Amino acid sequence: MAGLKDNLLELIRRTSAEMPDDVNRVLIDALKAEEQRTTAEFALKTIHANIELAKKKSQPICQDTGSILFYVHGPVGGDQLTFEEAAREAVAEATKRGFLRQNSVDSLTGKNSGTNLGPGTPVFHFTQARDAAGLDVRLILKGGGCENVGVQYSLPDSRIGADRDLKGCRRAILDAVLQAQGKGCGPGVLGVCIGGDRATSYAFSKEQLLRTLDDHNPSPELDALEHEIVATANQLGIGPMGFGGRTTLLGCKIGVVNRLPASYFVSVSYMCWAFRRRGVVLSADGGRIEKWLY
Amino acid sequence: MMLMELQTPISEDVIRSLHVGDLVEITGIVHTGRDAVHKFLHDGGSLPVDMRGGVLYHCGPVMVKEDGQWVCKAAGPTTSIREEPYQAEVIQKLGLRVVIGKGGMGDKTSAGCKEFGCVYLHAVGGAAQVLAECIKKVRGVSMLEEFGSPEAVWELEVEKFPCVVTMDSHGGSLHKEVLALSKEALAKLL
Ligand code: SF4
Repeated sequence: MAGLKDNLLELIRRTSAEMPDDVNRVLIDALKAEEQRTTAEFALKTIHANIELAKKKSQPICQDTGSILFYVHGPVGGDQLTFEEAAREAVAEATKRGFLRQNSVDSLTGKNSGTNLGPGTPVFHFTQARDAAGLDVRLILKGGGCENVGVQYSLPDSRIGADRDLKGCRRAILDAVLQAQGKGCGPGVLGVCIGGDRATSYAFSKEQLLRTLDDHNPSPELDALEHEIVATANQLGIGPMGFGGRTTLLGCKIGVVNRLPASYFVSVSYMCWAFRRRGVVLSADGGRIEKWLY
Repeated sequence: MMLMELQTPISEDVIRSLHVGDLVEITGIVHTGRDAVHKFLHDGGSLPVDMRGGVLYHCGPVMVKEDGQWVCKAAGPTTSIREEPYQAEVIQKLGLRVVIGKGGMGDKTSAGCKEFGCVYLHAVGGAAQVLAECIKKVRGVSMLEEFGSPEAVWELEVEKFPCVVTMDSHGGSLHKEVLALSKEALAKLL
């Protein structure tokens, strides 16, 4: 338990202070693509300098350390309650040490718990598999600015001329990009879910953010759509921070789940450039680090 | 894109010479102020600091006390549009020349900038560490008891604090321009 807590604390520290490589690589390409001596180039250069500095100082990349989302995948019979207890301790400790900002507020009284602990925070998603060898723990820190520009469409949507087909989904996703401009600290990454009910659709759209930016969607149709969305968004001229420029999106990841005949949701979760996602594989008891992910 | 070095206090002439898209670096004194301060001023309150010719920064910094001295650990901009109902009035009341934030503001603030000779500067959102490095000293704080640390008015000494002019004192707004152009571009690509 003590080993598990310490390992989770290190996972939180890394997630808050060090960007994942796959995102860093795309940001470097983005900087090369922008015209020199423009505000877009200035924004991306500042972003790069910030990433370097945060890593060097072991301090949060952005002061909004966001919602704390744990995704835990382990063997059948794993003890979820013990994991949750250790994770809560690690979160409180990380908050005390300044890896996390005090970010859990009572929605009625406005009082900040000061520890990041409270009803609904942090968030846990558990899955199991019969053949899982160790405990795969992934963590996403998702800031409030970008969370606020997430949006859910119910198709058909006559405002944007979107029908219940992939073309309609494309319209919805691109509308989300247009509406998010200047907010949510772009260039960003979209996690999208087609289908589900209102709650599962949003949850699944966030899970898409666990995918690396350079992976491929197993569905060729969706893979093509993901690439096309990024290419099209980057022709809109919105640019980093909405200053204008060539880099509006760094990636788009789309998943599908079944829906009811009566419903057709397209849910878009927007992740800011400060894409904090890290993972670790632990021994089944959580005490030993097997390897780091991302 | 032009790079302008601004030294506080800033004159109206200097502000009027700035245009949307210019890059500026501020050296001197900056005060933070966000939701609570704007509402407080709107309700008739007054602050124990003189900000004439000065800079208001929409920011809730992370401050810690080290050896009896406040030190700034992170200081990125917060979303400005929440202050839209109050901003023009606050610009006039405090005699501000610069407002810094992120995400841009609306028509009312734009009109206020034009009338009173003020600009809106956009700092790079999320760049908490780079911006904190530009803060050389925390000179003081007011309203700490009343509003709590993130909402208090912190007086910061900054050096070459980098921003982009996204709303100037001539009615120009980069946010409006980019929105119109991107809407047009998307219509063609749909
Ligand atoms: S949207 Fe992201 S980068 Fe911007 S302030 Fe929030 S967490 Fe930071």
